[in-house]
Amino acid sequence: MRGKLVLLATLLLCGVFSHFSGGMNPYYYDILIGIGINIILATGLNLVNGYTGQFSLGHAGFMAVGAYLSSWLTLNYGYSLGASATMTTAFFVIALFLGGAGAAVTGLMVGFPSLRLRGDYLAIVTLGFSEIIKGIIQNSEPLGAQRGLGGMVQHTNFFWTFAFAALTVYVVVSLVNSTYGRGFLAVKDDEIAAEAMGINTTKYKVIAFVLAAFFAGIAGGLFAHFKQFVHPEGFNFIKSIDIVVMVILGGMGSTVGVCLAAVLLTILPELLRYVSKIEALPEWLREISENRMILYSLLLIILMLTRPQGLFGVSLAKKK
Amino acid sequence: MEFLQQLINGLAQGSIYALIALGYTMVFGVLRFINFAHGDVYMLGAFAGFYIGPKMLHAFSDKPGFGVLVSMLIVAMILCAIIGIAIEWLCYRPLRDRPKITVLITAIGVSLFLSNGGQYVFGADPKSFPEILTDSYLSLPESWGRVSELGIQLSAAISMGITLILLFALRHIVLHTKMGMAMRALSFNPVAASLMGINISIVIAFTFGLGSALAGAAGILTSIQQPSIDPLMGVNAGLKAFVAAVLGGIGNLPGAALGGLLIGIIETMVVGYISPTYRDAIVFGVLILILLFKPTGLLGASEQEKV
Repeated sequence: MRGKLVLLATLLLCGVFSHFSGGMNPYYYDILIGIGINIILATGLNLVNGYTGQFSLGHAGFMAVGAYLSSWLTLNYGYSLGASATMTTAFFVIALFLGGAGAAVTGLMVGFPSLRLRGDYLAIVTLGFSEIIKGIIQNSEPLGAQRGLGGMVQHTNFFWTFAFAALTVYVVVSLVNSTYGRGFLAVKDDEIAAEAMGINTTKYKVIAFVLAAFFAGIAGGLFAHFKQFVHPEGFNFIKSIDIVVMVILGGMGSTVGVCLAAVLLTILPELLRYVSKIEALPEWLREISENRMILYSLLLIILMLTRPQGLFGVSLAKKK
Repeated sequence: MEFLQQLINGLAQGSIYALIALGYTMVFGVLRFINFAHGDVYMLGAFAGFYIGPKMLHAFSDKPGFGVLVSMLIVAMILCAIIGIAIEWLCYRPLRDRPKITVLITAIGVSLFLSNGGQYVFGADPKSFPEILTDSYLSLPESWGRVSELGIQLSAAISMGITLILLFALRHIVLHTKMGMAMRALSFNPVAASLMGINISIVIAFTFGLGSALAGAAGILTSIQQPSIDPLMGVNAGLKAFVAAVLGGIGNLPGAALGGLLIGIIETMVVGYISPTYRDAIVFGVLILILLFKPTGLLGASEQEKV
């Protein structure tokens, strides 16, 4: 009950803030929307990589499915409910959910075969699937193929972004505190023991995976209707790594930590861009700060060596 | 006839994958984890060749030839072996008793660091590899009739030959030396191996060195065939070699070689007969099918999971 109240209050706050966000500096507005979208992506992926202890490396693929499906819907059928602003917005929300559902179905198709595998294999298979999804989009003419897809109306605003972010966090937190959450944790802690206790490990893994894919699809739809242009290369391996780094930095299995990490890592590239323009700094430092992947990779290695539970995660019992 | 020609091209490409796949499989054998950074060691091998190539040529009075190639191979293999051992020492050794997922994330981090650091150090644009071998096209004499349509690039033929020599050298090391015996013991049962007085750390370092040396050799051998190298070349080749290792049965050395050749042939056939745009998708498709229907791979033995 308390959770629902918090959710309602957040939605209300989003609405009020959204009303006044019109006069905002577009640069900061852009970053703000980016934060919301990344929160959805990272908390969703945290269900799989954090709570359930699997390792998906292809989250950008599901984001692509949501982005392309919802864009295709709004581009082709955007006015089918009526041409008024309310009706097109209503259709946008429906398209978002359909995009999420499309991503979820893809997640199911990917998850069923691959979740029988463990750790390393799963990472490669999900990576492979996201490359296949990208390949299909690149070869499909109605989706703009290599040129990308553009011309969507900018429906995404502060309210929709953060309303969906709040919804995602609410669903994830509720789920984790339910029977399902116990199932996820059991799978993470010891798959063999969980199976011996009669837990259908494949079922829990697939549920976590499909939900994560659904939220990624929603995030993709929001992203597409904010930037008004999507390109297959925008959903590549690097994008997946971005999301994975958020989950790991925040602490696998800590929703608050992952949200904070999403905020931090959305602002960081902008800060780095700023740093790379300070002329007083030595040349090599400025060049490195232009390439955020070098820093991300160092961050991953150092974090794993010194604090594998992430910045905000709880220390796990040592596994034998 | 065209089919046979494609087969030859596929074997040339596949021999490169086989060399890289062996590194994946050996490390998996002793440590039970996938060294994601392995493909980037291959990239470093190619760049080692790029930087030492001109000097080496100079030492051979600017005459491209087999001698230059062999001496470059040796230098690149030694360099890559050192890099591989250093990666293991710095990044994987401190994590040996931690959960698998921690090591996996570290390996991804190392791979990203090498490829992006490579872009920073070497520059992101493709470099052209120095000409250390005067390439020519070998074909069969015309009097042989239709068979004479077949041919192969000299560089491809040489690299297939060198791959074969390296494979036999590896076989000798693994089957007939003390270190090889220790490697096999370790992959069979680590605890028992250490109780028998085997220094596990040294064996693991040796395995990393051996695998990385092969990857370095593969880097040079690719570059003499396709003389355009860039810091991201290792990512794709590494993934395909990994698929090859799984196809052959991960942990199984002949399997890795077989898988590499098969992946090379499949890839060439897809490019030749279907469409180049499906090149990567098909390889991943093969991986998924293998994992679904025969997770142990073609030659791998199934392993009982211990509780």
